[in-house]
Amino acid sequence: MNPPTDGRRQSPSWYESAARDRARLLLDAGTFAEFLGPEAREMSPHLGIFDLPRQFDDGIVVGRGKLAGTPVFVAAQEGRFMGGAFGEVHGAKLVGLLRAARDASRDGGTMPVLILFDTGGVRLQEANVGELAIGEVMRAVIEARRAGAKVIGLVGGRAGCYGGGGLIAGTCSALAVSEHGRIAVSGPEVIETNRGVEEFDSKDRSLVWRTMGGKHRRLLGGAELFVDDTIDAFRAAAIALIERAPAFDLAMLKAEQARLAERLKRFGSCADGLDVWKQAGVDDPAKVPGMPADEFIALAQHIGEGRHDAR
Amino acid sequence: MTIWNKARAARDARLRAGGRIAKGKIVQAADATALLEAVIEPGDRVCLEGDNQKQADLLARALAAVDVAKVHDLHMVQSGIVLPEHLDLFDSGIAKRLDYAFSGPQSTRIARMLFGGKIELGAVHTYLELFARYFVDLTPNVALIVAVAADRDGNLYTGANTEDTPTVVEATAFKDGVVVAQVNEIVDSLPRVDIPGDRVNFVIKSDKPFYVEPLFTRDPGAITETQILTAMLAIKGIYAPYGIKRLNHGIGFNTAAIELLLPTYGERLGLRGKIATRFALNPHPTLIPAIESGWVEQIHSFGGEVGMEDYIRARSDIYFTGIDGSLRSNRAICQTAGLYACDMFIGSTLQIDLQGNSSTVTTQRIAGFGGAPNMGSDSHGRRHPSAPWLMAGKEADPDGAPALRRGRKLVVQIVETFGDKNVPTFVEKLDAIELADKLKLELAPVMVYADDVTHVVTEAGIANLLLCRSKEEREQAIRGVAGYTDVGRGRDAKMVQQLRERGVVRWPEDLGIDPLDADRSLLAARSIEDLVRWSGGLYAAPSRFRNW
Amino acid sequence: METLSYRHTAARRAAGARPMAIVGVVASGNLEVLVERVLPGSDCQVEISTPVTGFAKVWEAVITDFVERRSPGGLRLSINDGGARADTVSLRLAQAVRLIEEDGR
Repeated sequence: MNPPTDGRRQSPSWYESAARDRARLLLDAGTFAEFLGPEAREMSPHLGIFDLPRQFDDGIVVGRGKLAGTPVFVAAQEGRFMGGAFGEVHGAKLVGLLRAARDASRDGGTMPVLILFDTGGVRLQEANVGELAIGEVMRAVIEARRAGAKVIGLVGGRAGCYGGGGLIAGTCSALAVSEHGRIAVSGPEVIETNRGVEEFDSKDRSLVWRTMGGKHRRLLGGAELFVDDTIDAFRAAAIALIERAPAFDLAMLKAEQARLAERLKRFGSCADGLDVWKQAGVDDPAKVPGMPADEFIALAQHIGEGRHDAR
Repeated sequence: MTIWNKARAARDARLRAGGRIAKGKIVQAADATALLEAVIEPGDRVCLEGDNQKQADLLARALAAVDVAKVHDLHMVQSGIVLPEHLDLFDSGIAKRLDYAFSGPQSTRIARMLFGGKIELGAVHTYLELFARYFVDLTPNVALIVAVAADRDGNLYTGANTEDTPTVVEATAFKDGVVVAQVNEIVDSLPRVDIPGDRVNFVIKSDKPFYVEPLFTRDPGAITETQILTAMLAIKGIYAPYGIKRLNHGIGFNTAAIELLLPTYGERLGLRGKIATRFALNPHPTLIPAIESGWVEQIHSFGGEVGMEDYIRARSDIYFTGIDGSLRSNRAICQTAGLYACDMFIGSTLQIDLQGNSSTVTTQRIAGFGGAPNMGSDSHGRRHPSAPWLMAGKEADPDGAPALRRGRKLVVQIVETFGDKNVPTFVEKLDAIELADKLKLELAPVMVYADDVTHVVTEAGIANLLLCRSKEEREQAIRGVAGYTDVGRGRDAKMVQQLRERGVVRWPEDLGIDPLDADRSLLAARSIEDLVRWSGGLYAAPSRFRNW
Repeated sequence: METLSYRHTAARRAAGARPMAIVGVVASGNLEVLVERVLPGSDCQVEISTPVTGFAKVWEAVITDFVERRSPGGLRLSINDGGARADTVSLRLAQAVRLIEEDGR
């Protein structure tokens, strides 16, 4: 049961890969074409004021390509540059991509968008424009979905999916997440700072993961699919989710409202992720965090939540 | 008439005083301070057990709480200054004089207190050196030790973390001293006896398990491409040509990278079974992939490592274990093994000068020595031959008469040319010398002396100091691998070129290594999770390293 | 921020036909190198933007070595530095040239 002795997995690790590599390798070989690439030097107009280094792509890669032969748009955040945080340019690139998807999806067509989240939220140094960007992105996601586009979020990077990123993830058609992925609005440090270490110890990694981690989000129904940390696994998930994500209409919204009300009823009194999992029907919740991906995927499949037409 | 048993009588008096607080040998945790006030006298030499791993933390707190009118001016003789209480003793006047070996986490505060005159420093030792002095001129009057469990007779079970305990107890119990042990639990029968009860006078059950630092756990996720390149150079340029089978690895990411490259890069070079088969080494989790791939035959350990217990138990062909199946470590014996039975030490350091002296001391930080100087030295007491030892001896003295020529242990310093915050590793003058001036020490705290160092490895190349024939060659060989530091840029390009032609300096291209091949995909494990997977779920990573 | 610029003439023109490539990321101790095939002949230019000041001599030594070893003629290399060490800079520069010399994409 050991990894191959040459140390190389069949497919590269999603977590370890750079944003541009994730985008390129996720799509059909040779199909990825970047919009506003690094050579365009569309960099932050704000970071220089703080004597901070800029990045040529402002921490997000956007482009188009094909997934299993179907044209798609893709956006990938680079979690290592300023924690993948949203600034003015970063946000504008994503808004532009989503609006292009909206326009391409009108008249009966459809242009799926894959958002490869890897973000701590809004960039502190560009707070106002960053917050605006989050609002614009959410509006653009909804408009694209309204026009018929499926917007799929993939979460498994270093920075997780926090702050405004967590909000945007909530507006997507469907999400796939890996063990490394964390999805929340307030991050662990933010909660600890505001509510005290007794409320939430941000250094307790086990607590962080069973509150915001990929497995918890999957069992709670916040993410539709849980995947292993490989590019191939995320690719398969993206293909599956584009296929099965629900349409954006009144019936779906009502179903989603009902699902969330039911979830609150079932889990509202739980004090810990372990209680939630127990309540969800997991026999031995203590085993969940250490469970290998394949075993967990099998478990999650028969627990039920996650396979629904709501969103 | 001469009285020949004064010390024994004094010890018996202390035991009587302590006995009033105990029930048999058992003392309540709440009475720990009262016990110490009863058995310790002013001016005593006290060993408060603690090293770079386990800590007698309850006894440290109890000692820090004694009435300074009753207990004062102690002479602390102990391996580690690690807990804040270890230094609080000197602030309050309970202790005055100090002889020690290691002070990792307290290295900044101890430097401040030494400058402030709060501590009368005897000397900073290596572990083995301090242990030796326990039997000659630093024998403890009282030893405050730590174990996992005791029975009612005072027999102790130390579990995987036996470490210094047998040595400390040997020196104290057999020279009329008093031994007090803190334990996590008191049981009717022990899994195995590490310390016989007749050497233990008092036992205190602690309210919580003693502290152990997972000091030897390196997260593969943090290993850089530069460290991988440096590890490739070491394997291809040193391990392979000398055929190093018996060795010790220092703590650090550079050696962790080597451990994780053995099953990949080492395998590709066809080196399995030819190098790195027997270790004097703590149970490094990063060695798991090499063990699982059949590289390693045997490991003896200085101490335990948090989370490795079940893995070791299941791999008793590799590790030393007791009849209960768990690891038996022993620092003194493992240090001796490293000194006499290993053909190579490879480890990192903070500063290296132009001749190859190295130090981990800066003017704000005194980390002590621990075991590195013993591992990183050539033992003149060694008499058995081995191929690497003879080959190194021949390189150093090619014209000497073979039958009379000493071999050489390889002492390899593996570093990156720049350390944290772009601070250069290579310097003209060690900070240790400035520190010695400021503290008026007779000796600068040098970790490994130049005459012991045989190789310096950096991402820029390997300098083989055995092949240097003059001080000037030595300096240029070191400059030749010092990269873009001031020392590196100050090299004599022509002379370094000549040294490369002679194989004294070898750059990556001289070894057929392309820096562009140094990639994280070469690591047999790239995360703590990968290590757990390699171990078949037997490795239980410490909580700070895992999401579960 | 400090900006530095170096111009060299390399021994030969870089191989391959790709117009541009990028490696690395702007993070603590890391850097990104954008390499573009935009210069005539064997000219080579390196432009650096770094938050760490006072290391001009080290940069100069790294770039001089790089031009000698990798012969990046015809290339302009633009660096956004996050405080990388010299060895990392050297590695990224080499990776950038290798990438732009690769065939196709």
